Amino acid sequence: MGRVLQYAVLFVATLFFLLPVYLVIVTALKEPSAITLSSTWQLPKVWYWESFAQAWIAFLPKLQNSFFLTVIATLLSAMLGSLNGYVLAKWKFPGANIVFPLMLFGMFIPYQAVLIPLFQFVREIGLGGTLWGLILVHVVYGLPITTLIFRNYYAEIPDEMIEAGRIDGAGFFGIYSRIVFPLSVPGFVVVIIWQFTQIWNEFLFAVTLVSSPANQPITVALAQLAGGEAVKWNLPMAGALLAALPTLLVYIFLGRYFIRGLLAGSVKG
Amino acid sequence: MNWFRNKDTLYGFLVILPSLILLGIFVYGFIFQTFYTSLTDWGRDPAQALSANPQIRFIGFENYRELFTGFVDARFRQDLVNTFFFTVFFILGCLGVGLGLAIVLDRSPKGEGFFRTIFLFPMSLSFIVTGTIWRWMLQPQGGVNQLPTLVGLPKGEFAWLTSREQIWQVSWNDLPFITALVVSVVLVFIAIAAFRGGERRRGYIATGSAALLLLWAFTLGRTLQPLPFDELHGFNLAFIGIILAAVWQMSGYTMALYLAGLRGIPEELREAARVDGASEWQLYQRIIFPLLAPITLSAMIILGHISLKIFDLIFAMAGADNAPTDVPALLMYLTTFRANQIAKGAAIGMILLLLVAAVIVPYLYSQLKSEVRR
Repeated sequence: MGRVLQYAVLFVATLFFLLPVYLVIVTALKEPSAITLSSTWQLPKVWYWESFAQAWIAFLPKLQNSFFLTVIATLLSAMLGSLNGYVLAKWKFPGANIVFPLMLFGMFIPYQAVLIPLFQFVREIGLGGTLWGLILVHVVYGLPITTLIFRNYYAEIPDEMIEAGRIDGAGFFGIYSRIVFPLSVPGFVVVIIWQFTQIWNEFLFAVTLVSSPANQPITVALAQLAGGEAVKWNLPMAGALLAALPTLLVYIFLGRYFIRGLLAGSVKG
Repeated sequence: MNWFRNKDTLYGFLVILPSLILLGIFVYGFIFQTFYTSLTDWGRDPAQALSANPQIRFIGFENYRELFTGFVDARFRQDLVNTFFFTVFFILGCLGVGLGLAIVLDRSPKGEGFFRTIFLFPMSLSFIVTGTIWRWMLQPQGGVNQLPTLVGLPKGEFAWLTSREQIWQVSWNDLPFITALVVSVVLVFIAIAAFRGGERRRGYIATGSAALLLLWAFTLGRTLQPLPFDELHGFNLAFIGIILAAVWQMSGYTMALYLAGLRGIPEELREAARVDGASEWQLYQRIIFPLLAPITLSAMIILGHISLKIFDLIFAMAGADNAPTDVPALLMYLTTFRANQIAKGAAIGMILLLLVAAVIVPYLYSQLKSEVRR
């Protein structure tokens, strides 16, 4: 394959991946009246920053909801996943080899198969329509992946270190808090980034479990805005940028860990 | 409790126990409850659906029978066909684009890191964001259809998300026959592979099953008609745009997988092949592609289970109510939470679970088996 062909492929692919980005930015920066279907691709004649201000005002409460929900659910599921991973990597109890695949299966199920009882359950324990209900759900269904990532990560810690800890008189919790946890920082980074992205981007649970607009996360609000009749496209485009920004920044600055989580999601650790 | 080796193992069990109980309830308990709900008539009587104490009757597999053979549920059957075509093209698209990009990047062009970042960034976005953006890209009078005008060509006329055109139509009544044919072809391939590998017993069993299945297909299978009338289902062209957006979002993932695989192939292997006089194409065909086969398989399974579950992308791109781009995952939501046909929604959820489990369970099994061996 010649060099020319190689760069031609790269050029076409880059165009394919970046054209939507160009269109979003250009549309978000046009005056509503200047957005017509035939001039989609043209640069704005007047740079109109107002859309971002409007989107910011409209979406700020939803962004706050998403942040609240994502941060708490991420931290809780990371903490539980770390403890579970520690047990499954270093203190295998009888039957652990059967329990683990049964846990993993929860990562792959279509949530439509649990949605009806889940909806009733969350309502019955009094968390229906609240962010706390959504947090609970994200923590529970996040357990398989966080456990998996930590288990694979802790498997790399040599058993001799655990053994040395035991000889020095440390027990289950002592070894965790003095040896395993301090070594966990990279594991936590991967899990937190992965869970942050997943929970921030999630839609199905959010749209079914949270009905009141006051508690909506950003994905639900954006879908409603863009799906409405006779939309002014500058606003959904600015909103899409706002909704995308946190995970995009995470990816740009911590891409290495993001990809590691991505590959862990396909089970191979 | 001497069943546990020591106190620490017991602590370990106690620490993990709450998670196990939670997952037991939220995954297996709820699946069981959904299954039970799917065997009832909850929601048939609209007055009962939303009442505090609905009168629910057990009706067996009636909901499933209706979904597959009932007159009113033609939309569900079209949705199954939609999922099939979406899955096939989505996987082919992601594998093709991903492999192509990985091969190009593997040859270390200038700015490799930059290109990799560009090709992977859509993965970090929400399907809702992707859907919103592509909805605007695919407006019938604008976006992609306007692209040709930039180089002086007439604008495109394709009705991206709203097209009602359907190609490759097949009657639902031919499905048992076609399924039997496809399965026997697969069995024949298994038989050939077995004979080549010297596993004669396996080969005979596969050949025998294929022959039996073909016999059934051409006799009873031909007369087995789920519906009293012909009902045509095919590939809705409105899906092309959604497939495009999905490939845009996910092909970076296959690129990352393939690139990791390519980087794992030792340079000596390529050199040896070149010294032996292999052309570049032969090198790929004989050495590199076979080595990438396991990656292709895992990518197919991961992408396959994503595509069977796809919901948010279609919701954001075409809206929940656009019938030509409906899929079972979306129909379940509409049936349950909009139409309050709760039992029927549960049945659709169970069918989805079976589809996904058929893909995932063998995969998990083989992954964990190979892990134990390691």
